[in-house]
Amino acid sequence: MISNQKQNPIAALFRHQIVIPIAALLLLTIFNVLRDTSFFEVTLKNNSAGNPVLAGNLISVLDNGSELAILAIGMTLVTAACGGQDISVGATAVIAGSVVMRILSGGEASADVVHAPIIIAFLVCCLAAMACGAFNGMMVSVFRIQPMVATLIMFTAGRSIAGWINENKSIAITDPNFAIAGTFIPGIPVPTPVFIALICFIITWAILKFTNLGLYVQAVGINEKTSRLNGLNPTLIKFGTFVLLGLCVAVVGFIKVSRNGTINYSVVAKDIEMDAILAVALGGNALSGGKFNMPASILGAYVIQYLTTTLYAMEVQATALPAYKAVVVIALVVLSAPKVRDSVSGLFRKMSPAKQSGGAA
Amino acid sequence: MKKFRKMMSACAVIAMCGAALTGCGTDGGSTPASSTAATAAASTAASTAAADTTAAADTTAAPATTAADTTAAAQTTGGGSGELIKVGIINNDPSESGYRTANDRDLNNAFTKENGFDAKFAYGKTNDEQINAAKKFIQDEVDYLLLSAADTAGWDGVLKDAQNADVKVILFDRGIDADESLYEASIVSDMEKEGATAVEWLKSQNLDKYEVIHIQGQMGTAAQKGRSKALNETAKELNWTIVAQQTADWSTDKAQQIVQSVIDSKKSFNVIYAENDDMAKGAVAALDKANISHGVGKDVIVMGYDCNKWALQELKAGNWNYDGQCNPFQSSYLIDVIKKLEKGEKLEKKKIVMDEKGFDASTITDADVEKYGI
Amino acid sequence: MSDQTVLQLSGIYKSFPGVKALQNVAFRLQKGEIHALMGENGAGKSTLIKVLTGVYSKDAGTISIEGKTVQIHSPQEAQNAGISTVYQEISLCPNLSVAENIYLGRGEGKFVSWRQMNKKAGELLDSLGIHVRPTQQLASCSIAVQQMVAIARAVDMDCRVLILDEPTSSLDESEVQKLFKLMTDLKKRGVGIIFVTHFLDQVYAVCDKITVLRDGKLVGEYKIEELPRVQLVSKMLGKELNDMEDIKDEVQTFDAKKAEPVYEAFGLASSEGIEPFDFVIRRGEVNGFTGLLGSGRSESVRAIFGADKATSREIRVEGKKVSIRKPIDAMQLGIAYLPEDRKRDGIIGDLSVRENIILALQVKTGFFRPFSRAKQVKFAEEYIQKLNIKTASVNTPIKSLSGGNQQKVILGRWLLTHPKYLILDEPTRGIDVGTKVEIQKLVLQLASEGMSVTFISSETDEMLRTCSRLLVMRDRKQVGELTGDQLTQSCIMNTIAGGGAK
Repeated sequence: MISNQKQNPIAALFRHQIVIPIAALLLLTIFNVLRDTSFFEVTLKNNSAGNPVLAGNLISVLDNGSELAILAIGMTLVTAACGGQDISVGATAVIAGSVVMRILSGGEASADVVHAPIIIAFLVCCLAAMACGAFNGMMVSVFRIQPMVATLIMFTAGRSIAGWINENKSIAITDPNFAIAGTFIPGIPVPTPVFIALICFIITWAILKFTNLGLYVQAVGINEKTSRLNGLNPTLIKFGTFVLLGLCVAVVGFIKVSRNGTINYSVVAKDIEMDAILAVALGGNALSGGKFNMPASILGAYVIQYLTTTLYAMEVQATALPAYKAVVVIALVVLSAPKVRDSVSGLFRKMSPAKQSGGAA
Repeated sequence: MKKFRKMMSACAVIAMCGAALTGCGTDGGSTPASSTAATAAASTAASTAAADTTAAADTTAAPATTAADTTAAAQTTGGGSGELIKVGIINNDPSESGYRTANDRDLNNAFTKENGFDAKFAYGKTNDEQINAAKKFIQDEVDYLLLSAADTAGWDGVLKDAQNADVKVILFDRGIDADESLYEASIVSDMEKEGATAVEWLKSQNLDKYEVIHIQGQMGTAAQKGRSKALNETAKELNWTIVAQQTADWSTDKAQQIVQSVIDSKKSFNVIYAENDDMAKGAVAALDKANISHGVGKDVIVMGYDCNKWALQELKAGNWNYDGQCNPFQSSYLIDVIKKLEKGEKLEKKKIVMDEKGFDASTITDADVEKYGI
Repeated sequence: MSDQTVLQLSGIYKSFPGVKALQNVAFRLQKGEIHALMGENGAGKSTLIKVLTGVYSKDAGTISIEGKTVQIHSPQEAQNAGISTVYQEISLCPNLSVAENIYLGRGEGKFVSWRQMNKKAGELLDSLGIHVRPTQQLASCSIAVQQMVAIARAVDMDCRVLILDEPTSSLDESEVQKLFKLMTDLKKRGVGIIFVTHFLDQVYAVCDKITVLRDGKLVGEYKIEELPRVQLVSKMLGKELNDMEDIKDEVQTFDAKKAEPVYEAFGLASSEGIEPFDFVIRRGEVNGFTGLLGSGRSESVRAIFGADKATSREIRVEGKKVSIRKPIDAMQLGIAYLPEDRKRDGIIGDLSVRENIILALQVKTGFFRPFSRAKQVKFAEEYIQKLNIKTASVNTPIKSLSGGNQQKVILGRWLLTHPKYLILDEPTRGIDVGTKVEIQKLVLQLASEGMSVTFISSETDEMLRTCSRLLVMRDRKQVGELTGDQLTQSCIMNTIAGGGAK
């Protein structure tokens, strides 16, 4: 009777969405502890410019995972509102990066000093990526094309467009000021992308707290017809999520080119869309849209990077790397499927009376 | 006046043909090149207008002469009969890579009216698009069909059509799986030779020990296979230590993560062998972060491929040590072949392997950076 | 007698979780007979058809064809048994030719002779008087022709029972006549036809017999000439004429003269195709739209709320000319709308009761002014208490509540916006009697406090109890307006039935 009313705490825990990425995080950590504890070492050293920097696998996870986490924010919103994913984020990120390179290089093949204020380049790249997002958003919301199909257009054309912006030139910018966004602020040992991601998280938190974005996006994602009859404009909301994703993509594209200092149109941010979608799935969000949990998605993004870094540290044979990743991913995604979670939760609920009776006996 | 202009354009072609002796692409699909085994190396070099096969810096003299001849011939053909040679050029999408862009630019600059060609260009990412373009060119009765195929298979039919229509086919950059009788010549890069040249250079550095981080390109591509092979074999033979061997899929930030991971595991190394410039740059970023010195006379030797202009600048600045070329400048070879065919000469070999060089940071000049940077 | 019977159903039971969809239903179809299956929404028509065609498996009962008991587990088995169905939505392949559609999936051998197939199809279509080339692509034919092709396919498969499920709803008058001719032809060939429709005129134009279902139970089987329209309507609605006269008008008299209009529409119309009509509702008034399903009653209120694309000539709210193009316009003007289909249009299933209650007011308040969590909880708890909503907590997902409680949540959502004009479309459908009464009482109470309410219900007595004025709809037209003494069951039914009634 009581156990019926009061849920088993473990069962309840398993219902909670954020449990999935946390569990994955713990599993990976346990694995690394057993494998090699030096994985967790973090050291403070000077880099070649004489500035103190933190180094170590965990820093790599935070550093590279931040890009993915920023993408996951936008991808979560798009997924929730539209019940589909944007597969063009990698291509759009290259467009954004290409715009940055174009403005900063002033059309030269290489630049020691940037040719324009970096902030201008950043703002223009935001506009460019948001325009791409708006295009995707229009295809999905106005023309009602399946998100994956709609974004396939940009996925296919994006890298060509990015190349066209710079006449397919391979550009290198070696200005240390430009590299700050992707590497370190002189004197501060924590990688800059971590701070950028933090700013994005705070802004996202504020938007979700001080506007109705969360409610609207979920309402539209769950039941579009009802949402309309309650005065919402589903078309506008879906469109908006794509534009917001565009903004996230711009930030990521900017970090990428800043980190690399060069741009290779066919390679930069390759397959990042899959990792971003995976982050959303790993966060326990239904890829068919509806309710979402933003912290879970963000955590999911870091878990994926954690996995990647672990595999690098293990020096998995190059050809086998994707296979390893696939196995782990399958396991994680299956575990995070609502059905599996329900049955795991059910299992714990069943187990607990058994335990009690066992104790009594 | 007219003569003067002709002279000028001839000069331009000479310069270009000189330039054509360098470069090479990391582009994914050029599988046939790997089958272009190293066997042909010596003889091809001879056939390619006696180009200089060593990795050393200077080359230009011999091929330049050839190129001059080429131009002259082309012009006499054009000027004499008042007819231009009709050429249909089918290439891959120029946005595919910097290599491809350079390649396309080179062809566009070489096959001009001034040089005696009436050239039409078509681009295709897939075989279907390219085959359609080829059919159209055959209908237009071009004299030569120059082809860089997207895919190796499926060309027999259209090439037979070309043969029947008396259109001569010359392959460049990528070979195809078709009978040799269907085309006149095939101009390719030899990725294995590129790798061998680079590893030979590395051997010549006579380091006390060799501890190499090997960052591979996208697995299975011709460039990756060719460039990995020489290193793998030599490392085995001479007992070099391969500290890490992983693929970064040509990507800068993946390469950075891989090298970062090796540094974090506190393994010692003194050579970074990256299969393209982007990955070399990523590796260097990780070295910089860990304050590990690199370049000429420093702790770690950095090697890259492709001769991006910015990469050659790094080389010139002494931050990197070596950069291998994948030659995108194929027009001089093509014009050479066309010239011979127009004269009715026979080619000694159908497969022509381009000359490709490797640059050493200690010997590279500003002129090299300008000339060979893509 | 029995040798004339082609299809016999008896003692059919079927229930879904919480719903007894069919209880002891019997049905008999004779050779060469067109038999109408009638009933209001939820009466069990479509469940019966689905049991018959093997989409659902029955819980109990027998189906026999030409005297032989058959077991039907799938649509394919139904087809093999000689039962063919033509649905409202064409289930053929639009990108294939007419002939291909007729013979698709029935290949006796592996090889098809196209010429022979086209020839056979041509003969078949000719014999049925369907004028279409066998080689024409189906998508290029009109809906009517497509439907006839579907019928031809059924006929060629040697069907003995043909079920036409709402075949006429997307056809125009002349197409309907063509279809009727085809039906009559088939009847002469001895095919038994089950005709499901909500158009009374069509039933009387073509059918021989009528079987009426109500609430999953059989009401009876009647010969067409023995069942006048009014009787049919009363049987569908479940009120015998004599009973109806007894019902007292419980509505307090509402003096229309005194109250000012809250909402006025001139030429109320929408993209859903209702014939434009003028409509007004005054402060404190409760009116109703009545009519059979598909008569246009829901479409009318949707037009008021801007739920469909509104094409009305002029709208005034409290005397001021306004424009209502989309729901938010109506909401800002103080109009609230509880939709007919709760699951599709009402609830946001995965969201909590709290979020479902505050949604409309939140949207009205604005994107940048979200309510604090405490305020949301306060609002939600207020209406949970007021409407006696049974839920585990304010954070329970609404989808885990019972239908009646879900409905109360939606009602609470709209009451929270404090509307001037509340539209309730079938607020009592599928909920228990106690809740029904609660909702009716609430409506009257709200009206006495000055709110205008439009109330739609399939249950006429409910409307009689609450409304002081009824607008009667038939075939998407307003056909009558009843007030005062006219508010009786018989009067409503006569008006609904139209033409044939006395």
